[in-house]
Amino acid sequence: MSNGKVSQEQPARVLTPEMIDEIRSYFSRYPTRQAVTLPALHVVNRHLRWVPPQAVEEIAQLLELPPAQVQDTLSFYGFFRQDAPCGQVRAWVCRSISCALRGGEELLEHMCRRLGIRPGQTTPDGKLTLEFAECLGACEYAPCMLAGEELHKCMTTEDADRFLESLGVQVVQESASQK
Amino acid sequence: MAEFEPVLLANVGKQESWTRRVYEQNGGYQALRRVLKTMTPQEVVELVKASGLRGRGGAGFPTGVKWSFLPKDHPGPVYFCLNADESEPGTFNNRILMEHDPHQVLEGTIISAYATGASVVYIYLRYEYPLCLKRLQQAIDECYEAGYLGRDILGSGFSLDVYIHRGAAAYICGEETGLIESIEGKRAWPRIKPPFPAVQGVFGKPTVVNNVETVACVTHIAARGAEWFKSIGVPADPNNPRDAGSYGPKLYCLSGHVNRPGCYEAPLGITCRELIEHFGQGVWKGRRAKAAIPGGISMGLLTAQELDTPLDFSSLQKVGCLGLGTAAVVVMDETVRIIDYLYNSCRFFAHESCGQCTPCREGTAWALRIVDRIRRGRGRLVDLDILLEIGNTIGIIPGTTICGLADGAAWPLKNAITKFRQELEDFIRRTNPQGYMQSDPVPLELHTLEH
Repeated sequence: MSNGKVSQEQPARVLTPEMIDEIRSYFSRYPTRQAVTLPALHVVNRHLRWVPPQAVEEIAQLLELPPAQVQDTLSFYGFFRQDAPCGQVRAWVCRSISCALRGGEELLEHMCRRLGIRPGQTTPDGKLTLEFAECLGACEYAPCMLAGEELHKCMTTEDADRFLESLGVQVVQESASQK
Repeated sequence: MAEFEPVLLANVGKQESWTRRVYEQNGGYQALRRVLKTMTPQEVVELVKASGLRGRGGAGFPTGVKWSFLPKDHPGPVYFCLNADESEPGTFNNRILMEHDPHQVLEGTIISAYATGASVVYIYLRYEYPLCLKRLQQAIDECYEAGYLGRDILGSGFSLDVYIHRGAAAYICGEETGLIESIEGKRAWPRIKPPFPAVQGVFGKPTVVNNVETVACVTHIAARGAEWFKSIGVPADPNNPRDAGSYGPKLYCLSGHVNRPGCYEAPLGITCRELIEHFGQGVWKGRRAKAAIPGGISMGLLTAQELDTPLDFSSLQKVGCLGLGTAAVVVMDETVRIIDYLYNSCRFFAHESCGQCTPCREGTAWALRIVDRIRRGRGRLVDLDILLEIGNTIGIIPGTTICGLADGAAWPLKNAITKFRQELEDFIRRTNPQGYMQSDPVPLELHTLEH
């Protein structure tokens, strides 16, 4: 920059031909390209576990939209991450009323303590992103957790420990005195 | 109630109930065949109107009337959006239908699309329902194979395509115009009405948005007739011309502190107590109920003394609740502190307010900060009046917001503070004995912003 030259380097493209084909397969379903915004974001998110800013540019090109328009939509839905990829498994613990009445908040707190992270964060080994959810719509199984595509029903803290163990994620061992 | 025969849940629990084979073995798609062969779209609209069916998604608007708002002789296309964004806390009846009996939902969807002249259906499915996605997509594929979807369905000349549009974890997408914006690829900000979706909906075209359970009811109305549907439930009050009645079977969701949480089918108008005692087998741990949410968290709160209120479209307003909502009952036992319920409710709405209207965005956020501060032992008695003022001034009913999300945020506040004022005052006096009388402004740092 000091000599007045601006870097001409193009950022590496992130959408693979496979993702592009998948996004294009939605075009015939809608009368506008913009309507493919959410499907496209889901495609990228499923492949990359996040939607890097460069992907927004490329989706916008594909949908013939200004990138800001895609970004505007994306930013509305807290679901799509732009700071870093999610862990290999993304799990949501419900904190809404039916689960909260049956220990949902304590469950989330327990898991956070075991992992040494806060809701929304990813474990250092990249194995798990743990989040809270508003009502997962499985209130008869309270407290519940959605991990990837799997619903964990009527969870106890022991169930949570077994789940963490099954992922092989590193946990903080609690001493008896802490309990 | 003895002779009541469940229809919506009739197939639930059968082996492979989600397949076309099992659905057809139990009489599935006969109603669709008969409708396509013997009825005009207008006759289906009139049938549904005559049945008295009211929308099951929360607002309870008469379905047939909603359909009749579509402009006549529109060149098209007309769109039909199936609202499967079920996100109201405590509600899971649509999930049960889609997971266990997706063909019942699809049959009703196809009949409804035929009645409204729609050529494309978008099923707006919330992200958190991956099993519904799988089962619905399988069912859609099976329908195309069987000729129930696609071009010239069963030789009727009627053509229809159904696509699933997956949401991304935003409560506001359940509001019908928010849902439409979301399908269009935009932020899900609800639209100012009019124009109503029937005139100008998705992609600027006439659009109907109906709930999953609503179209499931259409399946049975088409199979059994309007008179059958009208024989179930609570008739309209003849002395109240504005009461459209509460007809038909209803799926009630029951959760919280009961022995047997679940989704139960009953005639509209069973009481909250019947639901808890008969279906839920009572409050858990031998305790007593302190309060119950009558129809999803937005609807407010019933006290223990109000549990004999019928869960229908007109009775809940009489005890100060917002309405029947999604008919999702959440029971709280005597150990629950009302301040904790309020905190949970306020946190939900502050998180889910879409931010478009200032009274809702700021009102829900400040209500949460104040309730949180009270909960942490820094409350003042005057805070209860401030919360009531927020509750009374945000929403469609006071006329300050575009959609009803803020009304849903307001009702828990209003019901809790008017029905449980003594408990809340006692809590403030006990936890903040020195400061509870103060009415001076609270230093900003005492309002936490992290939730």
